[in-house]
Amino acid sequence: MRHIISVLVENKFGVLARISGLFSGRGYNIESLSVNATENENISIMTIVTRGDDHVIDQIIKQLRKLVNTIKVRDVTQVEHVERELILVKVHATQRTRSDILNIIDTFRGKVVDINKESLVIEMTGDQNKLNALVDVLEPYGIIEIIRSGTIAIARGSKSTTDFTKQDIKNQEE
Amino acid sequence: MSKTGAEILVECLKKHGVDLIFGYPGGVLLSIYDKLFDSDILHVLPRHEQGGAHAADGYARSTGKVGVCFGTSGPGATNLVTGIATAYLDSIPMVVFTGQVSTNLIGGDAFQEADIVGITRPIVKHSYLVKDVDDIATVISEAFYLAKTGRPGPVLVDLPKDVIAAKSKNSCASDVKIVGYNPTYEGHPMQIKKMIKLLENAKSPVILIGGGVKLSNASEELLRFVEAINLPVVSSLMGIGAFPNPHKNWVGWAGMHGNYASNMALTEADYIIAIGNRFSDRTTGRLDGYAVKAKKAQIDIDPTSIDKNVKVDVPIVGDCKTVLKQVLHYLGDFNWEKCKKDREDWLKRIEYWENERPFGYKFSDRIIKPQYVVEKIYEVTGGDAIITTEVGQNQMWAAQFYKFKDPRQFITSGGLGTMGFGFPAAIGAKLGNPDKEVFDIAGDGSFLMNMQELCTAVQYRVGVKVAILNNKFLGMIRQWQHLFYNKRYSNSCLECQPDFVKLAESYGCVGFKVEKPSEVENVLRESLKIKNKPVLMDFNVDREENVYPMVPAGAALNEMVYGER
Ligand SMILES: Cc1ncc(C[n+]2csc(CCOP(=O)(O)OP(=O)(O)O)c2C)c(N)n1
Repeated sequence: MRHIISVLVENKFGVLARISGLFSGRGYNIESLSVNATENENISIMTIVTRGDDHVIDQIIKQLRKLVNTIKVRDVTQVEHVERELILVKVHATQRTRSDILNIIDTFRGKVVDINKESLVIEMTGDQNKLNALVDVLEPYGIIEIIRSGTIAIARGSKSTTDFTKQDIKNQEE
Repeated sequence: MSKTGAEILVECLKKHGVDLIFGYPGGVLLSIYDKLFDSDILHVLPRHEQGGAHAADGYARSTGKVGVCFGTSGPGATNLVTGIATAYLDSIPMVVFTGQVSTNLIGGDAFQEADIVGITRPIVKHSYLVKDVDDIATVISEAFYLAKTGRPGPVLVDLPKDVIAAKSKNSCASDVKIVGYNPTYEGHPMQIKKMIKLLENAKSPVILIGGGVKLSNASEELLRFVEAINLPVVSSLMGIGAFPNPHKNWVGWAGMHGNYASNMALTEADYIIAIGNRFSDRTTGRLDGYAVKAKKAQIDIDPTSIDKNVKVDVPIVGDCKTVLKQVLHYLGDFNWEKCKKDREDWLKRIEYWENERPFGYKFSDRIIKPQYVVEKIYEVTGGDAIITTEVGQNQMWAAQFYKFKDPRQFITSGGLGTMGFGFPAAIGAKLGNPDKEVFDIAGDGSFLMNMQELCTAVQYRVGVKVAILNNKFLGMIRQWQHLFYNKRYSNSCLECQPDFVKLAESYGCVGFKVEKPSEVENVLRESLKIKNKPVLMDFNVDREENVYPMVPAGAALNEMVYGER
């Protein structure tokens, strides 16, 4: 099962290494990882996409909580949430194929951010499935390069992951 | 008034109650060593940083205080690695200080630069690279706090040379606040009641204890709990001593070389309450054959230890001592008469197993049996000595044939299984407990790994005893080759070895060579008369003696193999 885990961490030296080391040292996979600042400059948020059975995910979450610099860990896939990823695709585009490709981009509501005689760079956001679909459709035209940002996710509703309370800290130990 | 980082460091150490440091100097640590020169903290110079780390560890295990050691940048720091890993796997509170090259040189492959924070990341509870002298005081307070609270463990503090030399106005901080670190001490009352409810109806329950009971000083509460309901107690290797032996409820220790009754009791139990025990593979044997009939409850301060290897029915996150106090509080609300008869029958059944196959060996009056040496050490010390062990057969025989009654009496590297641990650990234990006899029960292979510490023991007048069960083999390796590789003793024979008596004498210690069973007791008694200097005893034991019973790798606990006797 694929899980998206949000980890609120103190913005301290070596935190990223501790987290990635926790995964590599136990043979767990990180499918994608993104690290960002939050409203609070002392705190960063990491979004980790990983796969594993319930036992593995349970261990990952507990191990993440055990790290001294983590403040809050949450499996976003357990709640109603929105997930997004950004993709940049560089695709071959000749005079003959360009209009076809532009049609596709339009249907997907993507954007062209660079254009020249032989290629186009397309920007699009969406969930993984949508981006995969775009890539599939563009494949026949000849993809030159793909860069993806990795998934970020946010829970629906009016609560914030980043405003943590003493109770949250207590709960995470339970 | 501003002070240098080195001054603040020494001040903070004192503030945290440190009276003993094991450290080895080097270029980047010189300003600290200059301050230590004037301090009343005892600084012990081991002859290898690994020895220093194990000594700090032995001190911590035997006293319950935080062990402290120092190593310089680069090779000094990397020499500490095995010591740090040993402490980490057994959850021992330690603060390890390493020197580092100046901050402007970090990353440039400077002389004696090693990324020790990176190297040790997976084997520390937490670590710090101090980049600003203003942080030293806070970092040290946090380091001590982290090392000893929650699930204890080693914390590393890396100190660059320029940071130690720089000045700051900050002095030792007393209260520590780490937002994301709040270990749970009290267990959830609902879960505790659920745990007791299952016990009320259990016909064949077992209490399974581990090293966590010692770490949280929970032995007294454990004893009261066990006696209140008359429950059998089984331990892991790490839990030995947390419950007194002998005691009518003590069954023994389980696992690969544990006793028959313990392994059978776990196999036949209908309910196991694990207390500060993490179900390590050496204790469980093959998992799908482990305690299959039993419901399980587990008390552990570290949530990651729960459900990790063995799925439990009642998880309780909390400190063993605190939770056991809560348990005692609720006990009276339950009906203990209901299954009393069943439990008495169960204890009788266990007693039958105990009598059927106790630990044993075939005595000889011609050749010294290693088990006999341990039995005699027990006798001559009246069961009061602190015993450290090396790793291998010596470790198992020490655990099998000495009877431990005190939680800080048996000191062994259970998690990492570090050869060379026992002797320096014995030095640390003796320095922490000058009034106790301290014996390192050693193998000839292991002892050679840190024998340079003889010099340390002589210099600081540390009266430890080393009993080498000398089989001129890497005995435990030979045993596996005997049992599983057709007696092909590849690279496990140690026929080339020093004359241990001369070796001892050359360091200024006393050495004895013992070749006959009839001499064993006399030599041991003789060794007890020698104070303030180490005694090295070379017992030439039966070379091909095996440790039994044994749960072979991949077998279940009740599939033990036995030796002749
Ligand atoms: C540092 C280290 N290296 C290797 C091992 C693997 N090992 C486990 S037991 C053992 C043999 C120990 O021999 P010895 O110290 O003579 O003790 P004996 O088993 O003979 O009592 C070895 C090599 C280890 N545990 N630690």
